[in-house]
Amino acid sequence: MKIVAVTACPAGIAHTYMAAEALEAAAEEAGHEIVVETQGSAGSTPLTAEQLAEADVAIFAADVEVRDKDRFGHLPQVSVGVKKAISGGDLLVAQAEEAAKNHVPAPAGAPASATPAGAKAPAGPGAASKVRAWLMTGVSHVIPFVAAGGLLIALGFALGGYQINLPDDSPLYEQILDGGFSAGSITAWGALAFGIGSAAFNFLVPVLAGYIAYAMADRPALVPGFVGGAIAVTTGAGFLGGLVAGFAAGGLVMWIKTWRVPRALAGIMPVLVIPLISTAVVGLLMYVVVGRPIALITEGLTNWLNGLSGTNAVLLGVLLGLMMCFDMGGPVNKASYTFAVAGLSTGSAGALTIMAAVMAAGMVPPLAMALATVVRRSLFSEVERENGRAAWLLGASFISEGAIPFAAADPFRVIPSIMVGGAVTGALSMTLGATLRAPHGGIFVVPLMGNPLGFLVAVVAGTLVATALVVALKTFARRRPAPEAAATTETVTERESVTA
Amino acid sequence: MSDLITADLVDLDLPAGDKREVVRSLAERLVKAGRVTDLEQFLADIEAREAQMPTGLDGGIGIPHCRSTAVTEPTLGFGRSSAGVDFGAEDGKPADLVFLIAAPEGGGSDHMTVLAALARRLVRKSFTGELRSVTDPAAAAGFIAKEVSA
Repeated sequence: MKIVAVTACPAGIAHTYMAAEALEAAAEEAGHEIVVETQGSAGSTPLTAEQLAEADVAIFAADVEVRDKDRFGHLPQVSVGVKKAISGGDLLVAQAEEAAKNHVPAPAGAPASATPAGAKAPAGPGAASKVRAWLMTGVSHVIPFVAAGGLLIALGFALGGYQINLPDDSPLYEQILDGGFSAGSITAWGALAFGIGSAAFNFLVPVLAGYIAYAMADRPALVPGFVGGAIAVTTGAGFLGGLVAGFAAGGLVMWIKTWRVPRALAGIMPVLVIPLISTAVVGLLMYVVVGRPIALITEGLTNWLNGLSGTNAVLLGVLLGLMMCFDMGGPVNKASYTFAVAGLSTGSAGALTIMAAVMAAGMVPPLAMALATVVRRSLFSEVERENGRAAWLLGASFISEGAIPFAAADPFRVIPSIMVGGAVTGALSMTLGATLRAPHGGIFVVPLMGNPLGFLVAVVAGTLVATALVVALKTFARRRPAPEAAATTETVTERESVTA
Repeated sequence: MSDLITADLVDLDLPAGDKREVVRSLAERLVKAGRVTDLEQFLADIEAREAQMPTGLDGGIGIPHCRSTAVTEPTLGFGRSSAGVDFGAEDGKPADLVFLIAAPEGGGSDHMTVLAALARRLVRKSFTGELRSVTDPAAAAGFIAKEVSA
């Protein structure tokens, strides 16, 4: 069994280290591997993402708050006062064994290391479960941003009307917030909510990228991750671009950490050298290697869509639906959405049906994921279920980003499912001839629609299809146990850095 | 940086008394050695730490300790008490081994590693056993210094 532990005491001088020593001795005695993070005054070597991913159980022996406790969310936990570990390390290790045995992992959550009672896991977690643990770290930090930002934006629409973020180059909410806020105006409050919500949303991709990188290579990787994510926003690369930035930043820092550097340089590596080099490299990658092609793709897709006018309407609905649900706010989604909005100015009947289809499809991803967390709770981790609650309102408000946490956590099952759902919705909406003049607003603009019933039918049908698919994929297309990847060599004796 | 402990910081025959008196007598040795600049300040800081949670450990060990601005460098005062001193250990046993651990306020982490090493030794039976049998302050100091630098 692999144990991770944190010890901490008020002064950080004595008990922290005594407890660590006692736990290490007791674990070794019982034949387990243990890594202890001593959160004391001698500085602590944080547990690595690998150690966390591979662990079976966590022990907290602390009389003060354990720092960054949410790193251990996927593990069964035993918490005691610090003295208990010193006087009864063996008892505590026995308790941890018990906790690990009784722990029922969330089927879709938790690294693959959690095995049923009694069955000893033969292999360490492979690359796949590591990647998943990294992704989940990013996702769990993003969810509060999605929920808070998304709900404020929805509130902004509800109070300020759909015009609140129109026109594109100088949106109403910015005009209101620039021109002085008047507490007597409901629209002003809407503008305020929208402005704050947008500010929170701007963090979404940077936080996702930053914390993926952080999970991979600890604190030095935060900067390249965040900055790479921010560039993904600037260049319109969306959350998929953010995933690229996060993994690039994390991988790069992992590699830099293996460099042998002169002693004099070693001290400034984590705070200066690593962030500087990795940020420069990831920034270059995001602007030049990722950013340019993304811009070209968006442009190409838009031109292509414009060339399609006159095509079979149902087929166009399928296509737009697929695109809306591919990257939720990324370049493909943007191309589809911009195409629809650009058509509005012509005012033609065809353009209005396209707008309705695009909005209907864009509402499907959050709604489907919200529904899925309700009908099959066990397929989702706790944080995902929390996000599911907010996703209802986000979906209803046409804030597709509400599905990003789900898509980022499990892209290969979630994205195809919601794309199919979006295609169904797009096709149905076109077939039923729903029309819409407003470029945003979701459920709030239904009164402005032509054939609102058809619109709603299309949304519901696509949501049901996407939900059924995602549940089926998550249930049946389970990740096979990863092949035995690089076996870990981390042991108790190799990390006695603190006692040196 | 000098050794964590020297022979004049060891008292193998602590005067009988309660923990406050015993700590004071050990602390005076730290003052004499120039490692604590203000006795009263230091004792107040020790007292404040004791008030948070008693520092007595099962098996007859007391580890009064604190970080204090009155401390110039990481220092250990070690004393043995034949009468025993109550440090509030959970097993109720009075401590016969007293480790007075003094840490400078705001000391960098390299300063603190020596104390971390000491703390780790304190839970080892072989370490405390040796200190119960040692007969000479210089030998006690030498043994501890050697252990924590290992």
